[in-house]
Amino acid sequence: MRVTQGCFSFLPDLTDEQISRQVQYCLEKGWAVNIEFTDDPHPRNSFWEMWGLPMFDLRDAAGVMMELDQCRKVYGNSYIRLSAFDNSHGWESVRLSFIVNRPKDEPGFRLERHEMAGRNIRYTTKSYAVDRPEGGRYG
Amino acid sequence: MPPDLLIPTLPTSRRTQQEETKMNQHSMTIRGKERYKSGVMEYKKMGYWEPDYVPKDTDIIALFRVTPQDGVDPIEAAAAVAGESSTATWTVVWTDRLTAAEKYRAKCYRVDPVPNSPGQYFAYIAYDLDLFENGSIANLSASIIGNVFGFKPLKALRLEDMRLPVAYVKTFQGPATGIVVERERMDKFGRPLLGATVKPKLGLSGRNYGRVVYEALKGGLDFTKDDENINSQPFMHWRERFLYCMEAVNKAQAASGEIKGTYLNVTAGTMEDMYERAEFAKELGSVIIMIDLVIGYTAIQSMAKWARRNDMILHLHRAGHSTYTRQRSHGVSFRVIAKWMRLAGVDHIHAGTVVGKLEGDPATTRGYYDICREDYNPVRLEHGVFFDQNWASLNRMMPVASGGIHAGQMHQLLDHLGEDVILQFGGGTIGHPMGIQAGATANRVALEAMILARNEGRDYLREGPEILAKAAETCTPLKSALEVWKNVTFNYESTDMPDYVPTPSVAM
Repeated sequence: MRVTQGCFSFLPDLTDEQISRQVQYCLEKGWAVNIEFTDDPHPRNSFWEMWGLPMFDLRDAAGVMMELDQCRKVYGNSYIRLSAFDNSHGWESVRLSFIVNRPKDEPGFRLERHEMAGRNIRYTTKSYAVDRPEGGRYG
Repeated sequence: MPPDLLIPTLPTSRRTQQEETKMNQHSMTIRGKERYKSGVMEYKKMGYWEPDYVPKDTDIIALFRVTPQDGVDPIEAAAAVAGESSTATWTVVWTDRLTAAEKYRAKCYRVDPVPNSPGQYFAYIAYDLDLFENGSIANLSASIIGNVFGFKPLKALRLEDMRLPVAYVKTFQGPATGIVVERERMDKFGRPLLGATVKPKLGLSGRNYGRVVYEALKGGLDFTKDDENINSQPFMHWRERFLYCMEAVNKAQAASGEIKGTYLNVTAGTMEDMYERAEFAKELGSVIIMIDLVIGYTAIQSMAKWARRNDMILHLHRAGHSTYTRQRSHGVSFRVIAKWMRLAGVDHIHAGTVVGKLEGDPATTRGYYDICREDYNPVRLEHGVFFDQNWASLNRMMPVASGGIHAGQMHQLLDHLGEDVILQFGGGTIGHPMGIQAGATANRVALEAMILARNEGRDYLREGPEILAKAAETCTPLKSALEVWKNVTFNYESTDMPDYVPTPSVAM
């Protein structure tokens, strides 16, 4: 399967040049770009691991691309996403987020159904990847 | 001089010299003992026309479009609106003297002829804050529109806009969730959200209905939606719908790794029934519920409070609004309804598509969207926004564009409506020749391609068709959608447009 979180998951994987142009767009808006990675892409897993701090005060996308290269060297078989953070009043939140790296094989999720009273079903989504301990997922 | 400086178009009307003079009249208010002599007195003499009055920061201001009957003095008509929407009745009453009557009288302080509309006048009326109950749209609307719209001396009356003082805004909860938290909860940033209304509107069983929801969500939409009149009918009891919809939502969520939702319409005959349905939606794990505007302002506020207490996004379908918002001369403008709904506390509100099948000219629609989404609205006469409005950090409300839109219009939609909007392609998803999933995928791919291009700095509005065609090279569903709906547009003249148009100003 293909996890379709993020802004561009329905397009063919972005090239580094395309990623760089998106980063530049964010920087020109004054947003801080943050690199995050995880081996558990559960839809409710809000807090991916941070690759350093959000890059405040950066002007040139090249800085982010260098960090992304470093991150890929270490976590090349994990999910990596870029998030752009806007600290202006009334937003103070993420304004753009997209996946820039995926594991070779995306096992996806299992849907568990617990039958409750009446016809009610309690659903639980589980990442197949978390059957293995953190750090040991995706081989 | 700012480039968008507005010079109202001069009225070409039958305005007479006499009318012109009247516009500039001073206060005619009779004071002291004479004011309270029994009998009938013109409203403009009773203190409801005060051209020297300067509205206080805490006043609520209403702008009415007044169309007096032939021969009725526009100032008197405007004063009558002020009177009848505050303290007055048709005759003088001595009991006024037991009150601080001057404070409680609404004061019409300005009357302007409407540009290019002979016989119509804009009346600005200020109301003291003490005339209203905290946090109650029912009370606000009962005062402002409760009594005056059938007034005989008027041919027609329309509430065009309102300035809500911060002091009053702060007495309302506002949107239960708001755009920022909705995006965080849904984990979707940087693009409009995508939705579809399940079709056909009526007749599907719960199981068939859930099938449509599953296909659309799995194909790439973020939301599906019940239609306004899907409640609990013989063909589908509401519990059946909720159960099958949540199976569909969860299955699509697991298949995509994304958060998905379906607006479960909890509209019902009584509040008790609505609460019961909302509780069931919560128990099943839905992230969102839906209500119709026709349930009434108080019911809407109750559901907004319920939604805030239960971490639920609240979608409002503006069912019925066109009965009073559409005609330019009479009723209530949708911009006022949008303001009331932001106070009342809904998270989503249908606010027009510009390009789709339902009423809405681009400038007016832009005004509605600003009211939903901005923390501060400056006066923008060219968008029909007559007042500076400070929302004082009240949550932002997500506008929804729904009705007759398709993937081929993606560049225009993004240009007109921006990024914080839900684009709902009902027919444009379910009517896809390759099936519902393909329809959803076509919309999602078109959207992502357009956002990518916009962020790259391309002139996406002009290059839109080209960008879509390029994206369709690797996406057959999009290719087929573009082919099927290539010539579909809805070009009709709008019935409601701003009265002021930007005029190029002389460079200074």
